[in-house]
Amino acid sequence: MTPTATVFQPAPASRALETAAAWLLGALWILPLAYAVWTAFHPAAYSTRFEIGAPLSVQNFVNAWHAAPFARYFLNTTLLVAMVLAAQLVLGTLAAYALARFEFRGRDLVFGLILLQLMVMPDVLIVENYRTMNALGLRDTILAIGLPYFASAFGIFLLRQTFKTVPKELDDAARVEGASALQVLLKVYVPLAKPVYLAYALVSVSYHWNNFLWPLIVTNSVETRPLTVGLQVFSSTDQGVDWSIITAATLMTSAPLLVGFLLFQRQFVQSFMRAGIR
Amino acid sequence: MRARVTPWLLLLPALTLLVAFTHWPALATIWDSFLSTPKKGRPAHFIGLDNYRGMVEDEVFWQALTNNVIYAVGTIPLSIALAIAMALWVNSRLAGRGFLRLAYFTPTVLPMIAVANIWLFFYTPQYGLLEQITQALGLPSHNWLGDKRTVLGAIIVVAVWKEAGFFMIFYLAALQQIPPSLAEAAALEGASRAQYFRRVLFPLLMPTTLFVLVNALINSVRMVDHLFVMTRGGPDNASALLLYYIYQVGFSFWDTGYAAALTVVVLAALGAVAFFQIRFLDRRTHYQ
Repeated sequence: MTPTATVFQPAPASRALETAAAWLLGALWILPLAYAVWTAFHPAAYSTRFEIGAPLSVQNFVNAWHAAPFARYFLNTTLLVAMVLAAQLVLGTLAAYALARFEFRGRDLVFGLILLQLMVMPDVLIVENYRTMNALGLRDTILAIGLPYFASAFGIFLLRQTFKTVPKELDDAARVEGASALQVLLKVYVPLAKPVYLAYALVSVSYHWNNFLWPLIVTNSVETRPLTVGLQVFSSTDQGVDWSIITAATLMTSAPLLVGFLLFQRQFVQSFMRAGIR
Repeated sequence: MRARVTPWLLLLPALTLLVAFTHWPALATIWDSFLSTPKKGRPAHFIGLDNYRGMVEDEVFWQALTNNVIYAVGTIPLSIALAIAMALWVNSRLAGRGFLRLAYFTPTVLPMIAVANIWLFFYTPQYGLLEQITQALGLPSHNWLGDKRTVLGAIIVVAVWKEAGFFMIFYLAALQQIPPSLAEAAALEGASRAQYFRRVLFPLLMPTTLFVLVNALINSVRMVDHLFVMTRGGPDNASALLLYYIYQVGFSFWDTGYAAALTVVVLAALGAVAFFQIRFLDRRTHYQ
């Protein structure tokens, strides 16, 4: 990422002003997180007293970890995220291939119906989907949290666009050698789309790690609750107002994504960029 | 024959699930909005427009709808303006732009439900950071989330903070695709920096702005997680938003018929966004 504009550099005075504004905004944006880190790593007495030399401690994290079944919540969220991603990639790849490389009657209509999900997301259809899960006997299962998201219009769209850029000659050559449609897909298309799979995976994982409303509705027990719901149950009922412990739990919940983001910052930003360009 | 069946076989799993969890529930919502809520010994029966009549008389519904409009109007222009500024800064030769990009984008990867806890603490009367700052400045104490007049504003601030960095990414991607020769040509023509932004950059960013706008509109309906932690729609429904109200009606009061009618309103709003997108997004984006 290199700066592109070499002309139109601001005059020194306004440049200083802009730098100051950019940094002020940056400070404001990082402030809530910095505040949370301070509170979580210091004893409760210092949670709102900012003194240099205040003793550091991880006791808040230990207390939070023991105060609620966070290990189980971590396991549930990991299972959920992995399951949703695997299903999205498989179903999305198959559907995208059909839309990108086959001529058949009704293709445009099907594509339009799929794109409808970009507007009408499962997130707002909570009342009916809850009824469906009830009827299927799936209420309060991890499968029920993930199922409405298995077929992702966004994923299908993204992969379709990518598959369309694969030269048709590669496809034809493989067919001439006697490969089946599925073999062509796996040997030609999937390897070429690797960066898009990575980009989509990062977006999907962070979306489902953070998803809250639907899991809140459809789960009801420790064995199925993901981290987000577990955190909400924990912070609203169990703790009263022990901010240090709540903040520690909050950071713990966000930690895997945050650490992943810090380590793979460039890939993260580029993934979101790639996923956003249509 | 096989060639005709293959695409449908490939589409089958995805289409089945899409129909089951998107198309069917969307249609069922409309049908259920004309039914009563099933009670013990009284299954759901057709009641025509009664749910909608109840909605017109429901003050909480109007409050939530008004709040949602204010939430959208308060969140969208501000976060888009900030996103453009952020992208321009991160894309320029500012000192420390690596750190700035990190700072701006970080809220995007954090769970809303988790950061809502942090913001709740931030706004807490007496102890919270905000109170400490206002006290240090000698300003009177104020319960930001407990006051009907300020609670929605406080919620909007959180939404802007969460979204601006996300939108920045799309502008950054767009800015990096603009050839530097355009800036050089504009400079040769004697354009000022402001003119270059207004006449060249801003129009070139238009497709991105429309794309971001559609996303922002959808988010203003969908983004309600922080209410669960910070306000629970209160005080006195002053921060209730539509999706949150649907949750309350559907899963606290278990009035599923009325919740379906409320969902129809949300679907209509999303339909309007879709119409807007088809009407404007596809026509005006032929720059690239």
